[in-house]
Amino acid sequence: MVRSSLTHLQRLEAESIHIFREVAATFSKPVMLYSIGKDSSVMLHLAMKAFYPARPPFPFLHVDTGWKFREMIAFRDRMAADLGFDLLVHKNEEGVRDGVGPFSHGSSTHTHVMKTVALRQALDKYGFDAAFGGARRDEEKSRAKERIFSFRNASHGWDPKNQRPEMWKTFNTRVGPGESIRVFPLSNWTELDIWQYIYQENIPIVPLYYAARRPVVERDGMLIMKDDDRMELKPGEAVEERLVRFRTLGCYPLTGAIDSAADTMEAIIQEMLVARTSERQGRLIDHDESGSMEKKKREGYF
Amino acid sequence: MASDQITLSPDEIARDVRSFLAEQEQKSLLRFLTCGSVDDGKSTLIGRLLYDTKLIFEDQLAALERDSRRHGTVGEEIDFALLVDGLEAEREQGITIDVAYRFFATSKRKFIVADTPGHEQYTRNMATGASTADVAVVLIDARKGVLQQTRRHSFIASLVGIRQVVLAVNKIDLEGYSQDVFDRIVADYQAFASTLGFDAIRAIPMSARFGDNVTTKSGHMPWYDGPTLLEHLETVELDDGLGGKPFRFPVQYVNRPDLDFRGFCGTVASGAIRPGDPVVVAKSGKQSTVRRIVTSDGDLGVATAGQAITIVLDDEIDVSRGNMLVAPDHRPDVADQFEARLVWFDDHAMIPGRSYVLRTECDETPANITALKYRVDINSFAHEAAKSLDLNEVGIVNVATQAPIAFDAYGENRVTGGFILIDRMTNATVGAGMITHPLRRASNVHWQSLDVNKQSRAAQKHQKPVVLWFTGLSGSGKSTIANLLEKKLHADGRHSYILDGDNVRHGLNRDLGFTEEDRVENIRRVGEVAHLLVDAGLIALVSFISPFRAERRMVREMMAEDEFVEIFVDTPFEDCARRDPKGLYAKALRGEIKNFTGIDSPYEAPEKPDIHVHTVGRTPEDLADEIESWLKERGYC
Repeated sequence: MVRSSLTHLQRLEAESIHIFREVAATFSKPVMLYSIGKDSSVMLHLAMKAFYPARPPFPFLHVDTGWKFREMIAFRDRMAADLGFDLLVHKNEEGVRDGVGPFSHGSSTHTHVMKTVALRQALDKYGFDAAFGGARRDEEKSRAKERIFSFRNASHGWDPKNQRPEMWKTFNTRVGPGESIRVFPLSNWTELDIWQYIYQENIPIVPLYYAARRPVVERDGMLIMKDDDRMELKPGEAVEERLVRFRTLGCYPLTGAIDSAADTMEAIIQEMLVARTSERQGRLIDHDESGSMEKKKREGYF
Repeated sequence: MASDQITLSPDEIARDVRSFLAEQEQKSLLRFLTCGSVDDGKSTLIGRLLYDTKLIFEDQLAALERDSRRHGTVGEEIDFALLVDGLEAEREQGITIDVAYRFFATSKRKFIVADTPGHEQYTRNMATGASTADVAVVLIDARKGVLQQTRRHSFIASLVGIRQVVLAVNKIDLEGYSQDVFDRIVADYQAFASTLGFDAIRAIPMSARFGDNVTTKSGHMPWYDGPTLLEHLETVELDDGLGGKPFRFPVQYVNRPDLDFRGFCGTVASGAIRPGDPVVVAKSGKQSTVRRIVTSDGDLGVATAGQAITIVLDDEIDVSRGNMLVAPDHRPDVADQFEARLVWFDDHAMIPGRSYVLRTECDETPANITALKYRVDINSFAHEAAKSLDLNEVGIVNVATQAPIAFDAYGENRVTGGFILIDRMTNATVGAGMITHPLRRASNVHWQSLDVNKQSRAAQKHQKPVVLWFTGLSGSGKSTIANLLEKKLHADGRHSYILDGDNVRHGLNRDLGFTEEDRVENIRRVGEVAHLLVDAGLIALVSFISPFRAERRMVREMMAEDEFVEIFVDTPFEDCARRDPKGLYAKALRGEIKNFTGIDSPYEAPEKPDIHVHTVGRTPEDLADEIESWLKERGYC
């Protein structure tokens, strides 16, 4: 008798691969949402594994808000060139035309217009019926309750009180015209699992995760990196070179850096093990109001 | 454990990271669910586990303290339940409505907790959490003892195959840490749980609010010498036994990047496989040999249950998604009829005869419930006669699928023995089934192959057999038009027969009434008769109100592609009620007839009828002509 002796990471990897293949087998137009961060890097790695020796049979979509760190964009283009995946980039052109940005319009409006609305535009434009996202259940309370295959109505809305029951690995992949499913292959991974897997599999990540001297401004209790000239200083503010890194990546004006000297993978993991704040604290959008993530999700945010 | 590391100095940690990761890698994963009645303190217990294993971050704790003051129910203390109740509606109402998944780890294991809802209307969410769990932690409020939800949840846990139970007798502090109270509850529980087939029931007295016996041993209960909840979860036996079962590999996806590579992707459901092993394709019985087990990390020498792999076979045999590669000497059942336990999830009742989509892990086929043998009362576990299954009810049913599927009994294999049912219109997941055994008549009764067949009968009559299905409200003119059309066909030398709703109800279907269940059965029988008439080479004109789309679709699927023509006789309700040829509308409007279509029972108009006739302003002769020319254009007459 052979006893199954998979470690927890092997179990998580197998589950994610199963999910990728299930979508490829049952949907007519899937897409992977590629946000360039560490979770996207892990998703990309898993997607490459799931279909080896073939390439993933779906394109990768980056919703570009126009405010991502420059290093993220460079990393994105390098990965697409190295791995040869089909990269689509979408920007909300109306938002660009209206000059929507985090400094002028605030984090809430910026995220809604340039991310939530832009995502809906892109999904409608290409007619995708399934979209992979990198959300994990350990990140936030409303995410802890979301299914792996999460149904969206024709206007991309999520009805948290009426989710489809999800039994075993037997997923209901059926949708009507215009409807879609958001699929979360990393649902059961924790932040530690992600880092451990990146370490073990040697997965490339954006250099911003490693500590380096960077120009930052202290604002509203957060360390914001001045990534370009669009960030104007307020009275009393000053740019200082500090040894910092990022635990999470998004739009640069909305993503706080942490003081850190962790410049190796081991050091990052060590730092995470002793961390006393959750990773989403580095994101301004969750601070708007209690329950704000659930609201955004119902509107179609990932 | 992360929290242990915190007490070390940063230097020590840096040195230990590598060994920590190595140790992490060896950890096993336990998935458990917490269930029980509302207010038993499930969310509080999980909050306590996270808090005690130092899994709550400072910012989360600050938010928790803030929320505790706003929504909390325990005064100035931290309300742990708020940590896990994620959705706004839940925080406002103080209940848990959906499964929340939580994660924590100790030095021995990693845990995924499914915190499942207590309220009866969310039982389907509890089943979701239970389907992937190894252990069920059943909470009981020491003040209330065993409740209906305790029984329901234990029953569902047992139904989905959980064999290990922890009976967490919570809030024991409110009963003065009394051993008598604990013993009485444990005895009550064991009395009813003995029939549920659990391998082990571990009872633990605790107070989640104060932490007694959750992660640390309580000083208040010297009479209890068992493990704390966490100790038990860290040591409970994990093996699901699937590794030792016969090889099963449901084919999920065929990977064919070029002509040189053809791999079958899937997750090993049970057993193990090595290159060189013989395998059989379950549905066809064709045999082959495994040439390679491909992964992106290199080919494997062996793969076991739970691994996601790609198998390359020695020869080009026909295998596609939905089939299964299996051990030649231990094959699964392949059948189109089987018995199953069914949990119903939907507001619309399960009605035998109605067509659903049945989905196993990788296979999908239309199916219907041919018989509801009995319903199980989840309080007494008694078997009750029933005609339908309502939301949250459990029954034993016979299922017939349109095409045979490969499966094992759920008791033997939790991966290959389960299925879900999907509503064909809304795509909602309406039920989950656990197969008990195949029905032998499916595999042993073969169709009698007859020498004179449908084609020869039809050829003799020089016609194309077909069902002309007239649907519409009572009094819409279905029978009138069908009669006129049959006269024309007859005059033209065609062989036909009319099945009329009212007439059939006097004979074949006189045992049926007008409830939803009976209407479904009414149509099923008529469909079968029409099917025989077509087989006899006839043109069958069927004139039935047939108000439900699902049943009309069911009949359509009994026939070959071009043997079913749906004719919608479209007359507005007001006109039907005014014409009222049989005086039925008047009676129904006076309340003398129940379940009358268009009044207190719905009519679902066809979305895409083959022929749509609007009767207002037209004569029946006109309409019969119109249908006849449609049929002529398509070679039916």
